[in-house]
Amino acid sequence: MSKTNAAIVGIGESKVGSVPDRSALQLQADAAQAALADAGLKMSDIDGLLTTPVRVEHWNMPCGVVAHHLGVRAKFLSTVDLAGASGCGMIHQAAMAIASGQCSTVLCVAGQNLLSHGSRAKAVKSMAEGGSAHPQFEVPYGPLVPSLYALVAQRHMHEYGTTPEQLAEVAVTIRRHASLNPNAHKRELITVDDVLKSRMITSPLHIFDCAIVSDGAAAVIVTSAERARDLKQKPVHLLGQGYGLRHSHIGDTELTTTGAVDSGRDAFRTAGLTPADVDVAQIYDCFTITVIVELEDLGFCKKGEGGHFVENGRIGLGGELPITTHGGLLSGGHPGLGGGFFHVVEAVRQVRGEAGARQVKDAEVALVHGNGGVISIHCTLLLGV
Amino acid sequence: MSEVIERPMPVPDAATGPYWAAAHEGHLVMPRCNDCGKYHFYPHPLCPYCSSAKLEWTPVSGRGTLYSFTVVHRAPSPAFAAEVPYVVAVVELEEGPRLMSNLTGCAPAQAKIGMPLKAAFRKLSESVTLPVFEPQ
Repeated sequence: MSKTNAAIVGIGESKVGSVPDRSALQLQADAAQAALADAGLKMSDIDGLLTTPVRVEHWNMPCGVVAHHLGVRAKFLSTVDLAGASGCGMIHQAAMAIASGQCSTVLCVAGQNLLSHGSRAKAVKSMAEGGSAHPQFEVPYGPLVPSLYALVAQRHMHEYGTTPEQLAEVAVTIRRHASLNPNAHKRELITVDDVLKSRMITSPLHIFDCAIVSDGAAAVIVTSAERARDLKQKPVHLLGQGYGLRHSHIGDTELTTTGAVDSGRDAFRTAGLTPADVDVAQIYDCFTITVIVELEDLGFCKKGEGGHFVENGRIGLGGELPITTHGGLLSGGHPGLGGGFFHVVEAVRQVRGEAGARQVKDAEVALVHGNGGVISIHCTLLLGV
Repeated sequence: MSEVIERPMPVPDAATGPYWAAAHEGHLVMPRCNDCGKYHFYPHPLCPYCSSAKLEWTPVSGRGTLYSFTVVHRAPSPAFAAEVPYVVAVVELEEGPRLMSNLTGCAPAQAKIGMPLKAAFRKLSESVTLPVFEPQ
């Protein structure tokens, strides 16, 4: 397998869940300090900063606001806005900044107090009207954000016979993984029956088919492979990456095939790997259907076979392809654009062999996939030791 | 003080004005490329098939089929609370483009992918009319 010249040397998370006593910047500071401690570095060692926009406050230039308040003297800084794919995108863009010689060590940080900032009803309304749906041609028809994914699920069920039970299997497996993560937001075990009996939000998606809303932040420190050799942690290398985009809004697409086809193909090509080489996959899981479509598009199974693929424990710990082992967005925590960044942090833990009760045995290659918009923009990473 | 319940309304702009003006008069129009002849929607500044800027709003039949749908049970805001459950649909027009809409004129339980639909027009205000679809 090939390696880029970038390595992840530090990871950190704030407390995730309901954290009413911390602002967005405080949560990001908590995650950044945890990542610095993990790496054995000081804030003064950081000379690059990447972050994402937040929803709870208006930051005119998010990277400037975060760099200034965290005390980063940045030679390179930028705001990455690939919506839910931002977490993966930050890692690759940090690698490019380092490869260009502009800076040597980049702090990537994202997260906010999305749950505690306002009421849940306000969050639902603001998300429904906040950009995932086209403001003129979709919002006036009254879709929730989950409705946009429900359209995908309904079409997938029609074309391929995917069942509500198969969707539920995704939620159940990821919740089981969250139960093994002490920092996960929702940890009580659920069954397929619980999912099917949970409140119908927008058919065929029940409340347990949908991501939760959380407070929290994550941080990752990226440096050159040379510098990484002298640091505290076993370096985790960026082996490959890819991007994909096939639509911006969901109403005018084919619904069941996404830009993950392109991001996955390029990630495997740049890494010189195939899906069979992946030991653990941190798949973006904003909704249960997202996981099924992405597993197909990334090449882990054929188009239309995702529903069968998630059955019989295949995607759980001990299965053929354990996915989203920290509990993901469905159960672990989802503070907006930072949500997909926990997937990166978990991938690093897995290939370091530090995932505790949820460790995948002998994990050497991890795939991380993020999607933004409504399965619109995709970024796939392959990480390995 | 009670919160004012405002339904989110489309705000036509330079790129979309003709669409909303036609809808208000009870017609459906789509951008059609004068170079390659294909229709597209939602409107792009350049043809998504051949990158031509020679686009013209052209009447379409308003006939299509239900491509996908969801029955919304939890309203995104108080403005929609009185309407649940309602159907958010993706409609595939005979001319090719797909668009989001609402399915009206039948119970949500009767929605079935592939069912033939035709455009109808729901007046939201004195100036705005929303194209919706009903069974043919």
